[in-house]
Amino acid sequence: MSQNEIRYSKEHEWVKSTEQGLFLVGVTEFAQEQMGDVVYVEMDDVGTSCNQFTKVGEIESVKAVSDLYTPIGGEIVEVNEELINNPELVNNDPLNGGWMLKIKVSDIQEINNLMTEEEYKNYIQQL
Amino acid sequence: MSEYNKMPLLMDLSRKDKFGVSLSDIDVPLSELPESSLLREDIQLPELSQLDVVRYFTNLSQMNYSIDTQFYPLGSCTMKYNPKINDQLASLKGFSNIHPLIEESLVQGSLELMFNLQSYLSNISGMTATSLSTMAGAQGELAGVLMIKAFHEKQSTSSKRNVILIPDSAHGTNPASASMAGFSVKSIPSDQNGNMDIDVLKENANENLAGIMLTLPSTLGLFDNQIVDICNIVHEAGGLVYGDGANMNAWMGQTKLGDLGFDVIHINLHKTFSTPHGGGGPGSGPVCVNDTLLNYLPGPVVQRNSNVYEFVEMPDTIGHLGAFHGNFGVLVRAYCYIRALGKEGIPEVSKNAVMNANYIMNKLKHAYDIGFDNRSICMHEVVFTARKQKQNGVKGLDIAKRLLDYGYHAPTMYFPLIVDEALMVEPTESESKNTLDKFIDAMLQIADECENNSELLHEAPHNTPVQRLDEALAARQPNLKWSTK
Repeated sequence: MSQNEIRYSKEHEWVKSTEQGLFLVGVTEFAQEQMGDVVYVEMDDVGTSCNQFTKVGEIESVKAVSDLYTPIGGEIVEVNEELINNPELVNNDPLNGGWMLKIKVSDIQEINNLMTEEEYKNYIQQL
Repeated sequence: MSEYNKMPLLMDLSRKDKFGVSLSDIDVPLSELPESSLLREDIQLPELSQLDVVRYFTNLSQMNYSIDTQFYPLGSCTMKYNPKINDQLASLKGFSNIHPLIEESLVQGSLELMFNLQSYLSNISGMTATSLSTMAGAQGELAGVLMIKAFHEKQSTSSKRNVILIPDSAHGTNPASASMAGFSVKSIPSDQNGNMDIDVLKENANENLAGIMLTLPSTLGLFDNQIVDICNIVHEAGGLVYGDGANMNAWMGQTKLGDLGFDVIHINLHKTFSTPHGGGGPGSGPVCVNDTLLNYLPGPVVQRNSNVYEFVEMPDTIGHLGAFHGNFGVLVRAYCYIRALGKEGIPEVSKNAVMNANYIMNKLKHAYDIGFDNRSICMHEVVFTARKQKQNGVKGLDIAKRLLDYGYHAPTMYFPLIVDEALMVEPTESESKNTLDKFIDAMLQIADECENNSELLHEAPHNTPVQRLDEALAARQPNLKWSTK
């Protein structure tokens, strides 16, 4: 996986590499559109270990509360504190400013369980 | 409605030194005011005349939208029409003035009512026995899963049955109740017909399975015709089947969940059996069980011993989930409702509820897509999707808001979660064809507006005292205090 390449989960989260072994996680454009206006984001604490596809937080929108699943396992080394006061970043800029977690990945091979951009585009077409 | 018609707040009406009460002469000795630190002058209270106050609250009450004024497509989920006489009967002093600790021999009539209601509900649901003590639907759910837990623990002290299966269409309270009881929850997806994916169920029917929580018909308003197979698969794996009675308005008097294989269900008396509860209460969620769970019922249960009625506890009871005997006033209403309808009337309720929903579905299905369009019959509610309207940039929310302009309360929207842009309509049994036709006309006109004048919908509602509210801003930066501009 090259720098800046994004991979996607079936639960509509994305992951991309930043620096050595550290990956950013957030939700996709499709996810934010489905959820509607996000009003609150709650994420697990820094230092928490998580397995791939397990729950690491909750996203509350005007429609419903949705679980956030991490597309990749590891340790949470940073959460996006900006989202506490500006949850609308998830709607306005889901792929950049709306990032949620920074994860120190334990097994890089897990990336292979995720979809490429093209695969994800096909996936949401069928939904 | 213009700015002119907007209702002022009490604070806006306030004028200095107006007052609405005259105090009588002092007939006690005067005493000093408390020290000034205890007296707050910074609290702004409105100063109004008596007439100001009367007009304010009368006008406010006239803005209320209720089942007593207009059609309410939220249905029994929120509130169906409840005969007024049942309120009057529940208010009779002989019922409403009983102290909960009164000796049983002095209230044999009320105990008899509870005993009879227990047997009516057992009969309607096809179960062995009923406890009336649980005070709401979610408490009934919790009681149900706690009984399942107690059952497995009694079967084997080393039981590792800790998984409850729940379909992805379920009400959110189901997984919450199972989690509260200490179970881990696994979601079962729906297939393309809106039914449970039976293959996923089979994969999870193993030695860890404690039970399954099902709503029938499902929250999609659909009857899962695999239900007997589902119960068999769960039972063969050693699990138990819990039924959420939220949608009982669709089946009472037509079928019995006990006969289909359910081990425990709860009934929302406040939804199905005549208690006005919109706005949060009071509720009542009796639990009905078959022989398997009979001994685990929450207490107290009323039994008849020769001709004397008494409160008893079952041998393996999960205990009490609230104080005293449940919400007694709701029990009186349910009793009266069942007695008034009788054996012939109860099946008529569900028949009319289902017919009304199907009438709406068939009249609107060319204008709005159906959530699961390969199903030709729905039960007591129909789930539309604004999928087609979305192509014109109109969302389910916009349609719901536009309905307000036509004088209707909005239907349930964005639930069930598995239907995109869901709009769920439950007309209930008590609405006439005439009322349904007018609602259908409004929905058809809105469908037409979606195609030809979508801007109108984005800004709706136009005719209400307040226009489109910014729900996101209200949730992100709630402003809960009045202040001068």
